[in-house]
Amino acid sequence: MSAPIIWILLPLGLSLLVWLPRRGHITAMLGGLSALALSGAAWLIPVDTALRIGPWSLKIAASVQILGRRILISPADQPMLTMIYGLAALWFFGAHAAGLARRLVPLGMAITALLVGSLAVEPFLYAALLIEMAVLLAIPLLSPPNQKPGRGVVRFLIYQTLGMPFILFSGWLLAGVEASPGDLALAVQSATLLGLGFAFLLAIFPLYTWIPLLTEESSPYAVGFILWILPTITLLFGTGFLDRYSWLRESPQMLSILRSAGLLMITTGGLWAAFQRHLGRMMGYAAITGVGFALLALSLEPEYGLAAFFLLIIPRAIGLAIWALSLSVLTMHGESLRFRTMLGKMQAYPVASTGIILAHLSATGLPLLAGFPAFFVIWEGLARQSIGAAIWLGLGLAGLFTGAVRTLAVLVMSSENTPWEWRETWLQDTLIGLGVIVLFMYGLFPQWLQPLLVNLPAAFEHLGQ
Amino acid sequence: MTVEIISWATVGLLLATTVGLLLARDWRWSLGLLALQYLGMFWMVRLHWPIAMAAVKLVTGWMAAAALGITRVGLKSEPDTASEQSWPEGRLFRVLAAILVLVTILPSVPHVALIFPGIGLPEVAGALLLIGMGLLHLGMTVQPLRITIGLLTVLAGFETLYAAVETSILVAALLAVVNLGLALVGSYLLVAAPEEMEGMGENG
Repeated sequence: MSAPIIWILLPLGLSLLVWLPRRGHITAMLGGLSALALSGAAWLIPVDTALRIGPWSLKIAASVQILGRRILISPADQPMLTMIYGLAALWFFGAHAAGLARRLVPLGMAITALLVGSLAVEPFLYAALLIEMAVLLAIPLLSPPNQKPGRGVVRFLIYQTLGMPFILFSGWLLAGVEASPGDLALAVQSATLLGLGFAFLLAIFPLYTWIPLLTEESSPYAVGFILWILPTITLLFGTGFLDRYSWLRESPQMLSILRSAGLLMITTGGLWAAFQRHLGRMMGYAAITGVGFALLALSLEPEYGLAAFFLLIIPRAIGLAIWALSLSVLTMHGESLRFRTMLGKMQAYPVASTGIILAHLSATGLPLLAGFPAFFVIWEGLARQSIGAAIWLGLGLAGLFTGAVRTLAVLVMSSENTPWEWRETWLQDTLIGLGVIVLFMYGLFPQWLQPLLVNLPAAFEHLGQ
Repeated sequence: MTVEIISWATVGLLLATTVGLLLARDWRWSLGLLALQYLGMFWMVRLHWPIAMAAVKLVTGWMAAAALGITRVGLKSEPDTASEQSWPEGRLFRVLAAILVLVTILPSVPHVALIFPGIGLPEVAGALLLIGMGLLHLGMTVQPLRITIGLLTVLAGFETLYAAVETSILVAALLAVVNLGLALVGSYLLVAAPEEMEGMGENG
């Protein structure tokens, strides 16, 4: 038995198994429990260490060879697996309430397994190929069989596919830079290709046009899942590049590029969000600013920035999940997410509306909510480097906050004597309610996740020191 | 010398197929040209890889074309030729755009050849041609079949260059899976699209 079999091949097999049940709630439960079990196993079972169970001795090997290449999951990667599968479980449990379990759970499980595989494959630049496979699997999730594929899905497919060749070429060039570190031209070429590859994969300005389109034309929950998992894994993959190549890590230009890209995403995403008239697009722009924050975190001093980067992942996932589920509740009842049809919907969907507002406010970094601790750390770190940059960040957040206030205004703007209704199901209410509680708990007591967060940077040998 | 002549002839073939793909309105022609394109790519890759591994590219490409063809043959609508007469979406515009891409690519061939050790000018010219024309194709349509063909063309160009620097079996296998996956996704999108959108003449 080896770790890649448990955390990559087994979930791939499970993705087929969870396809079998005809009832959505069984699929969601099976998928959620499987992901939770994988997360628990990553937390509890040591890799590469002999384990005594009664008379038996068991040792899980860290690597497996496939076609001459190694797939490695080291003990240092285990906290990351715990986090990824734990958060995936959260999405799978909510899939039935969003009316998407039979599509999201099997495909989501396979996508998660492939993306975990992308973090484990060696040489690590092959990860681009596994990310591309996950992107291909995401298409049926985003575009249901009975719906004409929209421009967003097509652009998503094109942009993500174009990212792969850049990453593969840059990986090859980076090997050349390692061999001859003095070759400046080669370093510039490889860094340019790497930048272009990640610009496509992370949908960095101006390549994020597919995100608002997709949030408008696809199921909010499916888009939310993709907007959570793809950027998160790509960012971890990108952090692997920084960790591996010291010239890249120590280059002031690289940090400056990361900072500029992050700021551009937060400022443009935030400002665009302020003018949106569609709740789905609003979530898309908030997701864009989330990626911007992650890039900003990586541009800070390593001992400070990496902690902020990991602090950001969990609240972003929880916030997106609540937001996407709440929007799905509205779309499941045939509601359009445009502002003009959303007037006064707070009285028909009180819990979903509360979920939307609080998730949005958490994405703006409002105190007491989950986004605040990470945003505060990043903003403070940025202000230490440049006050001007901190002001730009504030501008982006102000735009996002304006979007939240406009959403709130629209949702509560009902005519007088409109009766209160309760159109959500008890499952939807329970899940959104629990999510909102977690948003507050994480905002008030971020230290509760310290045992997990403190071990995450260990996956990066140099950055994590 | 003979190899070089055949290689330059292959570049000519790739030029013909990529321009043909831009101009073709009938999906049968498009898929036939795509299959021919993979034959050219096979020759280019063959210069750097053993024949058995290079054949993987050919077989994968043909399988991708076959998957798209089988899906398309099951759909009813006839090609739409209405937009053919209109400029700038018509053939003349496409030919001019293809010439522009060609003019952009040709001067950069020697520079790109310097970056990749051991690669010849014909391979670089062929690869850049595929990438450039594929990107042009992607920019001209939102029709699922054309998008898939455009992406497969771009990837074929990339794989031709990458074959000169990477000979790993795992990479060859993963790239084959990506190509086939792309064809399957294209087929899925084709089936998902309502019938009236399936004509090859739709220009996006």
